[in-house]
Amino acid sequence: MAGKETSVLMLDEELVFTLRELSGSCDLAAEELIAMVEEGVLTPQGASPRDWRFPAADLRRVHTALRLQRDLGVNLAGVALALEMLEEMQALRARVRVLERLLD
Amino acid sequence: MEFKDYYKVIGVAEDATQDEIKRAYRKLARKYHPDVSKEPDAEDRFKEVGEAYEVLKDPEKRAAYDNLRQGGYQSGQEFHPPPGWDAGFEFSGGGFTDADAAGFSDFFESLFGAGSPFGGARGGFRGAGARAGGAGFAMRGQDHHARIQIGLEDAYRGVTRTVTLQVPEVDAQGRVHTKQHSLNVKIPAGITEGQQIRLAGQGAPGMGDGGRGDLYLEIQFAPHPLYQVEGRDVYLTLPIAPWEAALGAKLQVPTLGGPVEMKIPAGAQSGQKLRLKGRGLPGKTPGDQYLILQVRTPPARNDEDRELYETMAKKMNFNPRAELGAAAGG
Repeated sequence: MAGKETSVLMLDEELVFTLRELSGSCDLAAEELIAMVEEGVLTPQGASPRDWRFPAADLRRVHTALRLQRDLGVNLAGVALALEMLEEMQALRARVRVLERLLD
Repeated sequence: MEFKDYYKVIGVAEDATQDEIKRAYRKLARKYHPDVSKEPDAEDRFKEVGEAYEVLKDPEKRAAYDNLRQGGYQSGQEFHPPPGWDAGFEFSGGGFTDADAAGFSDFFESLFGAGSPFGGARGGFRGAGARAGGAGFAMRGQDHHARIQIGLEDAYRGVTRTVTLQVPEVDAQGRVHTKQHSLNVKIPAGITEGQQIRLAGQGAPGMGDGGRGDLYLEIQFAPHPLYQVEGRDVYLTLPIAPWEAALGAKLQVPTLGGPVEMKIPAGAQSGQKLRLKGRGLPGKTPGDQYLILQVRTPPARNDEDRELYETMAKKMNFNPRAELGAAAGG
């Protein structure tokens, strides 16, 4: 199988998904994604589900949300909170690394 | 194969109630969940805890396991399941279907895996992907996730990486073998930490007409001896001499794209941040490189050095503690 052409997709900031595309990509019903938007786990651009555009990085958020729900028994509101705090922690850790270097 | 003491893993007594087991598991799961934890061995610990819980939460598996454990096995001890060890237990079938059994230990596999009465339907398929078609049954294979570490220089220039995957394959007898499988993945210049790459159809095989799952590779940067990264911005601590700080200087500084000339303004101080626009990681909006100045004090190594410092002390009217007020005199 080595060398066989594989479709490679960069999930970078230039890529956006519609609701249908995101639903297909993570194999999750649109209703479940809508529930995630309602709880603030995902914040797409656009007014109505038909116009929604999700940044590609949201695919990772969906996967993380599903794992947190499954493994830790967190509900969607808790997932939204956990994701926000994780992002903040990540930014703080990066900042601490820069400052620690300065103090060396 | 080693005997695993699941009670020890979860940290409960062997007569713990199901509620106690659940509470202890949840606590450990929060601590070691790979999405949340920064513990270096989080992933392994999380799997271990998950495996223990998979057995202890199910009264049937727990009873069978207890029976085996009473045979006097110790944690870590060499273990082979005794023939017929599971005789006399009633199984409700279904197996360990609600957990991702991939990555569980050989010990678990030998007791509760595909070949055992517990493994009726081999695990690994979760409800999420189920799509019962009209006549047949089809289920999409699971997505796989992996991390791939690259250097910052690779992220700056782009790089091609060969990814070797262990792909489980089920033979005609229902046995699982792993097969190695290599893929070349082109990583474009300007990729950022945490970004994912999706390789369509490189995940687990599906059932029936269900397609294969996808493989997600998440980019991680190896720690760099000089630079720290935040998004596309790159930080470098730049040590300078006191006279360079006081008088200003033109210095060559390293950037990911090679050395560039940089003007240090007169009167610079430690902690001051200077920006080299667009010298960070490339992208639609390229990142910047920041220099954080760090004034280093030369040691007074001999009489001459000492004399210079003493002259400065006498001639320069400088109180670094002026802001602290009268309480900190010179």
